Amino acid sequence: MTNEVFDVVVVGGGVVGCAVARELSAYQLSVALIEVKGDVGDGTSKANTAILHTGFDASPGTLESRLVPRGYELLTRYAASTGIPVEGTGAVLVAWSDDELDALPRLRDKAAKNGYQQCELITADAVYARVPTLGAGALGGMTVPDESIICPWTTTLALATDAMTRGASILLRHGLLGVAVGKSVTTLSTSQGEVRCRWVVNAAGLGSDTIDRLFGNDRFTVVPRRGELLVFDKFARQLVDTIVLPVPTSKGKGVLVSPTIYGNVMLGPTSEDRADRGDTSTSEEGFAFLLEKGSRLMPALLDEEVTASYAGLRAATEHSDYVVDLDSAQRYLVLGGIRSTGLTASMALAEHAAQLLQDAGVVMPARIELPEAPRMPSIGEQMTRPFASDQAIDQDSDYGRVVCFCERVTRGEIRDALAGPLPPCDLDGLRRRTRATMGRCQGFYCGAEVDALLSGAAQ
Amino acid sequence: MSTSPELADVVVVGAGPAGLTAARELRKQGVGSVVVLEREAEAGGIPRHSNHTGYGIRDLRRVMSGPRYARRLATEAVHSGAALRTESMVTGWDDDCTLWVTSPGGRYRMQALAIVLATGARERPRTARMVPGDRPAGVLTTGQLQSLVYAHGRQLGGNAVVVGAELVSWSAVLTLRHAGCRTTLMTTRHARPESYAAFTMAGRSALSVSVATRTSVTRIIGHGQVRAVEIKDLVTGGRRIVPCDVVVFTGDWIPDLELARLRGVEMDVGHRGPVVDSALCTSAEGIFAAGNLIHPVDTADIAALDGSHVAEQVANHLKGQPPRQQGFRITVREPFTWVTPSVIGTPAIAPPRSRVLLWSNEFRALPTIEVSQAGAVICRRRVPWPVSPGRVFRLPWGMFASADPDRGDVVVSLA
Repeated sequence: MTNEVFDVVVVGGGVVGCAVARELSAYQLSVALIEVKGDVGDGTSKANTAILHTGFDASPGTLESRLVPRGYELLTRYAASTGIPVEGTGAVLVAWSDDELDALPRLRDKAAKNGYQQCELITADAVYARVPTLGAGALGGMTVPDESIICPWTTTLALATDAMTRGASILLRHGLLGVAVGKSVTTLSTSQGEVRCRWVVNAAGLGSDTIDRLFGNDRFTVVPRRGELLVFDKFARQLVDTIVLPVPTSKGKGVLVSPTIYGNVMLGPTSEDRADRGDTSTSEEGFAFLLEKGSRLMPALLDEEVTASYAGLRAATEHSDYVVDLDSAQRYLVLGGIRSTGLTASMALAEHAAQLLQDAGVVMPARIELPEAPRMPSIGEQMTRPFASDQAIDQDSDYGRVVCFCERVTRGEIRDALAGPLPPCDLDGLRRRTRATMGRCQGFYCGAEVDALLSGAAQ
Repeated sequence: MSTSPELADVVVVGAGPAGLTAARELRKQGVGSVVVLEREAEAGGIPRHSNHTGYGIRDLRRVMSGPRYARRLATEAVHSGAALRTESMVTGWDDDCTLWVTSPGGRYRMQALAIVLATGARERPRTARMVPGDRPAGVLTTGQLQSLVYAHGRQLGGNAVVVGAELVSWSAVLTLRHAGCRTTLMTTRHARPESYAAFTMAGRSALSVSVATRTSVTRIIGHGQVRAVEIKDLVTGGRRIVPCDVVVFTGDWIPDLELARLRGVEMDVGHRGPVVDSALCTSAEGIFAAGNLIHPVDTADIAALDGSHVAEQVANHLKGQPPRQQGFRITVREPFTWVTPSVIGTPAIAPPRSRVLLWSNEFRALPTIEVSQAGAVICRRRVPWPVSPGRVFRLPWGMFASADPDRGDVVVSLA
């Protein structure tokens, strides 16, 4: 509990909330972010397809179609300056039926309407030239040269760390229980006492509708859509070096095969509406569905071992666009229904939020000098990781002590994560910061050692 | 890196029983410089964390505990004059006979005239077995359990479900008991427990663990910490929820094959490790493999005796003995899933201990084994030991003696 009245409290420590907290701290505003869990990026932001979208297939005219390309631009630049792993793999949409083949020209035109001109229709032969391991039966395709893969974990952590460096307070384990909008001050009751502020920004993802109702609204409902994914062994990476997308249909975007930023290959997601917002379990049916799809998309993939499986929940709503609305009477801004494009759009949503607040008359002069953005650890497979860096090891021998053999994570990196400004609160948090125990043995060799380092830090 | 690679006659990758024994025997064969690279901080491999007796029987002709056995092999390797480097992880190949090594002292390259891969095997984790459900803590493999309990002194408490019923599964039960955790159920897909019947009977009565045969774990339940597992009866299709605080996935071995595969040597589709001939040479000249990397898994002493065998073959290679021509291949029919060695050179030499090792997915008491070539049975023999899932089945080399190197593949099957 603090006596301070923050200018803005952002509710939700996912990628969008962290981006908003960072953006608003660039102004002369006092900013706090409240997050119900013990870490940022521990909800939908941690379990998604990790693609940096061009926005080629958004519905033209929507806010989403405007913010995704802008977010792509902002995040690409930010990633370069902070060291968030990004790989420009490009993507190819593959048509497997005549209907899908017929849809490709329309998709190319749609992309052009969205301002993306680089899509090209290609023949089946050209599809196989790009992805020789693709299963039989492809009829043609369309390239999307700028679709990329990105590390979603580092993105959220970089934005949150940056916000902290700029002076924002990150209040973890603060679940929002109630809202009392006063004349000039809003009081938020949280699981750790009251937090007071002038403005509230709702970026609560799966909980954004619940928070919205605390402000007396009833305008959207989040229907979590579960997506299960399989992550294949690093040896599968040689099978595919571009994102293989299905042609989107009315039922959603379908199953894709994509390299991951950590050097694996991902197959998924499934798409299933769920009632339970906490249900990120995987299922027998989901696995069977993915294996059946995978056997046709890329048969050789199934010869490799599965390294990991997970499920994420998309914050889908009944609306076809993001729900963004500013209520100046209640000094309240909602950023709801941010679906799978949220990772890409996050920084544009933050920029948009700042603009909306300014338009609403919030006095927010820009700060003259901002601290430098953080430099994030190199956890991307294409980066020079500490175990492979003569310089790092020469400076500090702990970068030469490999703890997690499969992912080649060193004692130095684990130590750094534990001593960082935003330390992990559990093994999952440490994984997101270092990749430790994420590899093919899943802790057979290093699990106990990593556990000891983690509990040593906790004491 | 601009400096040139460090040179050795032989580099052994992995300081478990096979690697340490290979290093010691290579020195005894008179090989000048032998370097063992071990990524862990301590040499010895898996036996370090197996706090029970039964080690050293066939190789050292005495019985001792896992940790003592591990220390003894490491000491002998060092006394023989081999250089043992711990915290030294091989991360890849610079060229055909040069390895990249990361260590606290720096990153360097190590070049050798011959390389012995002895990287061992591990258990498949829950994810590779594709068991769905929640992702709570408390879901382990035996390897992780043993290092938690024996190397880090962790107490667990509560109740456990152990997936598997082979020897290593009982080892997990003992480890759990040591950590104050009671095993309430063991599950196995098979119709009978995979471990030796005598041990199972003794184990069941001494540890009062019930074994659910013909079942599989179909779901992990629990947020934060595991709360229960769902078990499916493979015969009736019925499912039930078994509450537990720990789940240990045992057995289901896979070799630590990364370096072999990165080198591009031929890999076995059955056990997934490298294909070797009876000299334990892979498909690449000068690259040898030994231990559980090529037979996941047999006991530590058998792995160690691979080390002795490969040392002699490596020494011959260094003396300039030309590589053998391939004579014939051994393949298997179901229920066997793999055989090691699977390539027999010409002139043929006997494999380690004059045994051919196989793995089976089914149980068969008093099996009759047929060895055929070109459609004709060249040897048919009833053996007095069972074929059983979860442990290596060994056949005497003599059963292959009359194979003709010019008549193609030799097939092993159950009659």
